[in-house]
Amino acid sequence: MAEVQAEKVAAAEPALRPEIAFGDRPRLVEGVRAYGLIVAMWLRSTLAYRASFVMTTLGNFAATALDFVAIMLMFTHVDALGGYALPEVALLYGASATAFGLSDLVMGSMDRLGRRVRDGTFDTLLVRPVPVLAQVAADRFALRRLGRITQGLLVLGYALVTLDIAWTPLKVLMLPLMVLSGAAIFGAVFVAGAAFQFFAQDAAEVQSSFTYGGTTLLQYPPSIFAKDLVRGVTFVVPLAFVSWLPALYVLGRDYPLGLPEWVAFMPPLVAGLCWVLAGLAWRAGLRAYRSTGS
Amino acid sequence: MDMDFIELDGVEKVFDVRRKAGFLRRERHEVRAVDGISFRVPRGEMVGYIGPNGAGKSTTIKMLTGILTPSGGRLRVAGIDPSRERTKLAHRIGVVFGQRTTLWWDLPLRDSYRLMHRMYRIPDRRYRENLDRCVELLDLGELLDVPVRQLSLGQRMRGDIAAALLHDPEVLYLDEPTIGLDVVSKAKVRGFLRDLNAERSTTVLLTTHDLTDIEQLCKRVMVIDHGRLVYDGDLAGLHEVGESERMLVVDLERELPPIELASEPSARVVKVEGPRQWLAFPAAASAAPLVARIAADYPLVDLSLREPDIEAVIAKMYVSDSRL
Repeated sequence: MAEVQAEKVAAAEPALRPEIAFGDRPRLVEGVRAYGLIVAMWLRSTLAYRASFVMTTLGNFAATALDFVAIMLMFTHVDALGGYALPEVALLYGASATAFGLSDLVMGSMDRLGRRVRDGTFDTLLVRPVPVLAQVAADRFALRRLGRITQGLLVLGYALVTLDIAWTPLKVLMLPLMVLSGAAIFGAVFVAGAAFQFFAQDAAEVQSSFTYGGTTLLQYPPSIFAKDLVRGVTFVVPLAFVSWLPALYVLGRDYPLGLPEWVAFMPPLVAGLCWVLAGLAWRAGLRAYRSTGS
Repeated sequence: MDMDFIELDGVEKVFDVRRKAGFLRRERHEVRAVDGISFRVPRGEMVGYIGPNGAGKSTTIKMLTGILTPSGGRLRVAGIDPSRERTKLAHRIGVVFGQRTTLWWDLPLRDSYRLMHRMYRIPDRRYRENLDRCVELLDLGELLDVPVRQLSLGQRMRGDIAAALLHDPEVLYLDEPTIGLDVVSKAKVRGFLRDLNAERSTTVLLTTHDLTDIEQLCKRVMVIDHGRLVYDGDLAGLHEVGESERMLVVDLERELPPIELASEPSARVVKVEGPRQWLAFPAAASAAPLVARIAADYPLVDLSLREPDIEAVIAKMYVSDSRL
């Protein structure tokens, strides 16, 4: 009997893969790989229904486009908003919308975490051999969110064409830097918001107020907001670094709160710091989940 | 290690439950969901893990898969500490949750499987062999291109079982694998699990409410109640200690006084309703001689047999005494 058993085990042996897991592979690499795999799966399934994809993307584009149309209509009655002309507001708007669109495309599914915790399907992510964060972020990857990015880029393009700026290499460099760091900052907010949902499952609303709310806020010049609010989004939830500060540098405008000029170059650093904090929050949330099961 | 493939030593899981006790006040109290459980499962064994709702079954499974971190005790699966090396362990275990799917709800089974293939880094040949085998034995051929949300419960369960086996796990945990399934699906799932265990010596731990699952699959059964292991042995022994009874429902031609059988003293009529009578007899005993006797002595029209349910067996275990 023992022999038979041993034989069976031996027969099954080739099936056992070497000790792979990812103990020896960096977690980040493994996470990115898993993210890519899951996104590829959703892309395939999205593109299987091309007509539906085109419709929803156009819908997404139209909905966000109307948003900027509203601002343009406003400018038919006034020449400036808080001292800013339409092309300047367009730069703020385009930068923040593109940054947010990018991070919404990549991480937008994070706000479903609370629901998954509530209905218990979060457990199923924990039994797979890949990092949970990657699985949550890639879940239901929605390519239609390209609509928002397209709109943001169009507005940004409009701003760049109509603005009268003395371009320097630094100012040119600032544009991609601003959009990418901005996307990273929003991404960190998504992760932190998701981490918070481990403790309060209905917290998706709170997260939305920082992400969707934040991007709306950033689309207007800081000069129209109360000082305390500006202070809050600079030092507490550092959304000001997404577009305000770098865009003001490009525009050659004064910074709010009397901040020095070099803060315009801070966004990559701020983004890095945000990710460290968001990562810690995520780990704390996950640990709490695994000890309470809810 | 093969003899102690799954090892639990005094494993505990304590939840801190907060209850609203006023506008902002919260009352805290401890719930010991798993209260010091120890057992060993050798490689290749198929074990039933049963108990009433809230007894701690799922909590145990969640600790064995690494989803939950134990509050105390020592736990090893294939020599791995699940909560510390969750992702490493994931390659070696398969998990099926009866109540929720591990598949992607909006996608066809085929897409889910393809993703598993890459995610678990299953060698191509191995993946194809395993998939073909599952498709054949679990009858999935026509279901592969149907989105999971459109599958019936039984179809989805079969799809889930296949998904859990593509990477050749050494252990398979099944949490209520037959819950809500029709008779045909149940039989199919049981047959598949039996073959899997026999051919690949996959270790299987399953929780269930259905004693028939245990009867047909598991030589060994563990009973948990209030977070403690109250029985560990074979099914017949469980019926013995639980003094559980099966029920024979007999339809006679006409209303008659309660059936009395001198040759079967352990059977007794517990209820009479017109021509229908209910006879209770020990679950460990065979129904055949009893049925033969009744058929010989009484004008029998029809009969049916009811198995004892786990809740009743366990309830009786407590009533009888606390010898365990």
